[in-house]
Amino acid sequence: MIASLAAEGQRTKPAPFGHALATLAETRRDIVGMTADLGKYTDLHIFGKAHPERYYQMGMAEQLLIMAAAGMAKEGFTPFATTYAVFAARRAYDFFCLAVAEENLNVKVVCALPGLTTGYGPSHQATDDLAIFRAMPNLTIVDPCDALDIEQAVPAIAAHNGPVYMRLLRGNVPLVLDEYDYKFELGKAKLLRDGRDALIISSGFMTMRALETADLLRADNVQVGVLHAPTIKPLDEETILREAGKNGRMVIVAENHSVIGGLGEAVASLLMRAGVRPSSFHQIALPDAFLDAGALPTLHDRYGISSAVMATRIKSWL
Amino acid sequence: MVVAPSAASAMPFVPLSVDQLREMARINRIDCTDMYMAAGNGHFGSSFSCAEILTALYFSVMRVDPDNPEWADRDRHIFSKGHAAPTVYSALIRRGFMPAQWMQEFETKVGVRLMTHPSRRYQPGLDLSTGALGHGLSVGVGMALAAKMDRKDYRVFVLMGDGEIHEGSVWEAGASAAKYKLDNLVAIIDRNGLCVDGRAEDVMPMEPLKQRWEAFGWETFEVDGHDIPTLLKHLDVPRSGGSGKPRMLIAKTIKGKGVSFMEDVRGWHADVITPEQYACVMEELKEPLP
Repeated sequence: MIASLAAEGQRTKPAPFGHALATLAETRRDIVGMTADLGKYTDLHIFGKAHPERYYQMGMAEQLLIMAAAGMAKEGFTPFATTYAVFAARRAYDFFCLAVAEENLNVKVVCALPGLTTGYGPSHQATDDLAIFRAMPNLTIVDPCDALDIEQAVPAIAAHNGPVYMRLLRGNVPLVLDEYDYKFELGKAKLLRDGRDALIISSGFMTMRALETADLLRADNVQVGVLHAPTIKPLDEETILREAGKNGRMVIVAENHSVIGGLGEAVASLLMRAGVRPSSFHQIALPDAFLDAGALPTLHDRYGISSAVMATRIKSWL
Repeated sequence: MVVAPSAASAMPFVPLSVDQLREMARINRIDCTDMYMAAGNGHFGSSFSCAEILTALYFSVMRVDPDNPEWADRDRHIFSKGHAAPTVYSALIRRGFMPAQWMQEFETKVGVRLMTHPSRRYQPGLDLSTGALGHGLSVGVGMALAAKMDRKDYRVFVLMGDGEIHEGSVWEAGASAAKYKLDNLVAIIDRNGLCVDGRAEDVMPMEPLKQRWEAFGWETFEVDGHDIPTLLKHLDVPRSGGSGKPRMLIAKTIKGKGVSFMEDVRGWHADVITPEQYACVMEELKEPLP
């Protein structure tokens, strides 16, 4: 049973990535699905059932997975290769960097268990994937928030010519953004709500948490804006600078990643370079540590990425 | 005889005879020596050990078109042992993919087109940028799978060093190529027996190598990597109606082959060449190897 991020009673959609890719492949003959014995746990099995002739099981061999995808991309196919984020980032880095990114090949690496989305401990918690991948030239990095975001990101990254790393939420994925007149655009950050007191810039499921946090703080008459930045690289500098510079409000970056090397540091350096000064700047992120194993809700509380803890911390900073 | 670089593109290419291939391997070694002399040092040993293999591929076996390097139906070659780049540069230049004058600039200054490791960004005719070892066979698997999906009859040749096969990724590729019955994939191990730190078998024992690949499901042959007729016979796999198995050639070679003071000498993995040594090399390479 796959642990879901969804709260009890929350609306969800099953396997949005697998369904979106299967649908896309009906019109795009170049789409290929490949996995390293994690088809079931990356929702790629949905694609595999729909298009068995374009589904490749490469075994528990992430180096091969990434490079065989490179070979297919060289011949004009658009492979979507799936595994867990830890294996793509830590184990296959050299192969990804040189065989795929250096040649700017059309390989889409889609990885489950980004950041703290499993309680299995450091072997499966990719708290460092953004830090690792942000330094890879040519690579586009996407961190969607919910089922809608994933559904829309799949055709968008397929249409992009070049390598993409996408962090994947799998299984029954929460559905949140459809209430916000939202549409995923590669490279664009979207302001979901405005607020005079603070702005949370976030990616991945932390945008969902940011929205929940804003609701909690509204009860205390604290107005919090939420800017969703699902494309980590290239960052939507224009939108971030515009929103972060508005009326000198507090800026908080919330991310499901180590405090080192992820969205928070990317935004901080952008603001410094551009001379944009919020009234204060804070990071909500995972600590620079190997995290504990256990139940996810407990871990999210412990490491400060649950909405309740976020709301308390933001109030203390105001 | 010397084949003029421009001749290949001016008229339909005729595969070279065995004698002409031996002469081309001689030219290949001279080209490498000239490039390394210009640069001040180079990977002589591993360049010389695969001269006959590359010559057989580019001047007889492979279906390529220098006027159209990205021709969709071309046979692919991945030079996975990228450290010996000048030997593939020589083959590409003599086959007409690149101008001969590029050789004179090898590694001499910033901005030249030929450098220590092959790069598709600068050099036409390559199918993969290489240099980091252990990449080629896995990428070759993807290309061979793509050929099967596209129902195309091109073949994929991957040349690896025998130190390179210490990399686990090579064996990941080996298992998958057998699983997907990639009889359009031919891998060659340049088994010259020497690594940076010593004898390949001391650095990491890999024998019995033939049995290992056979056990993986590959059609495996041990061949003399300097014997051109043998190479031609085993490299030229059928374009259709194949064996259903990927093919592995374990090519027994000698590092530094053709130059007496370099042959099977560990120091010549990568070394500086003096003008006196250069003269000796040219003297020894006056005639094709028998």
